[in-house]
Amino acid sequence: MTTPSTTAKIRYEDVEAGAELPAQTFPVTRATLVRYAGASGDFNPIHWNEKFAKEVGLPDVIAHGMFTMAEAIRVVTDWVGDPAAVAEYGVRFTKPVVVPNDDEGAVIEVSAKVAAKLDDDARTVRVDLTAMSAGQKVLGMSRAVVRLA
Amino acid sequence: MALDQSFVGRSYPPTGPYEVGREKIREFAEAVGDANPAYTDTEAAKAYGHPDVIAPPTFVFAITFKAAGQVIEDPQLGLDYSRVVHGDQKFAYTRPVRAGDRLSVTSTIEAIKSMAGNDILDIRGEVHDEAGEHVVTAWTKLVARAAEEA
Repeated sequence: MTTPSTTAKIRYEDVEAGAELPAQTFPVTRATLVRYAGASGDFNPIHWNEKFAKEVGLPDVIAHGMFTMAEAIRVVTDWVGDPAAVAEYGVRFTKPVVVPNDDEGAVIEVSAKVAAKLDDDARTVRVDLTAMSAGQKVLGMSRAVVRLA
Repeated sequence: MALDQSFVGRSYPPTGPYEVGREKIREFAEAVGDANPAYTDTEAAKAYGHPDVIAPPTFVFAITFKAAGQVIEDPQLGLDYSRVVHGDQKFAYTRPVRAGDRLSVTSTIEAIKSMAGNDILDIRGEVHDEAGEHVVTAWTKLVARAAEEA
């Protein structure tokens, strides 16, 4: 049973379907991936070893899908304030974020909009997210159900 | 070779408790560059009504995926992990994970499909706290790409 959030910064009455959330861009370098590997415990070498990544048919080292998923939801949690307002969150990993070994790395661009107001009692909305890197959509079916105040 | 459909519905024993540390949460939040004070500042978390600092929404994946190892490494299932990619991921939260939680995970195979030679495996991980209360459910779709012709 989903109950309304008492702490979200955004009020259910104040949003309409179609409203855009503030978009954000997230830089990713090799150092970012090493740090994420340690924090998450995912040491798959495709995320840090270029030789290994190429041997398994990837263009280069790629970001952890879960890293991209973690960045994308920040557009929602920064919007609502209390991260506990996120009741559901799901994504499909459609394309990898390729991270070259240079000072620039890659950039993940995330935009989001309120797709629908779901439940006037639970005060929930569905937010659809779009995550792009190097002109490609890296997440599909990226959706969150968010409890508003 | 296609995976055995009779594994659909199989549940694995709950994992021993994983204790969520506040410094582990901080490390994760820093690794994703997320400065939300609810992750690192107890007073800020309390202002949101949480008893202690909470973890970012995707933090729990490290715990559920480790638990899913029971399925992935089940010799009877015979998944070729070297060919596996992460297809989809979803979470549904009853409450956020927080510092001090002792969480156990029960993994269940929800579906096995075969498409164009790829094996698609859906694993559901139910996460409960020490009191047995539900915290979050994680759904992980793994795709084992078809082996190349020899």
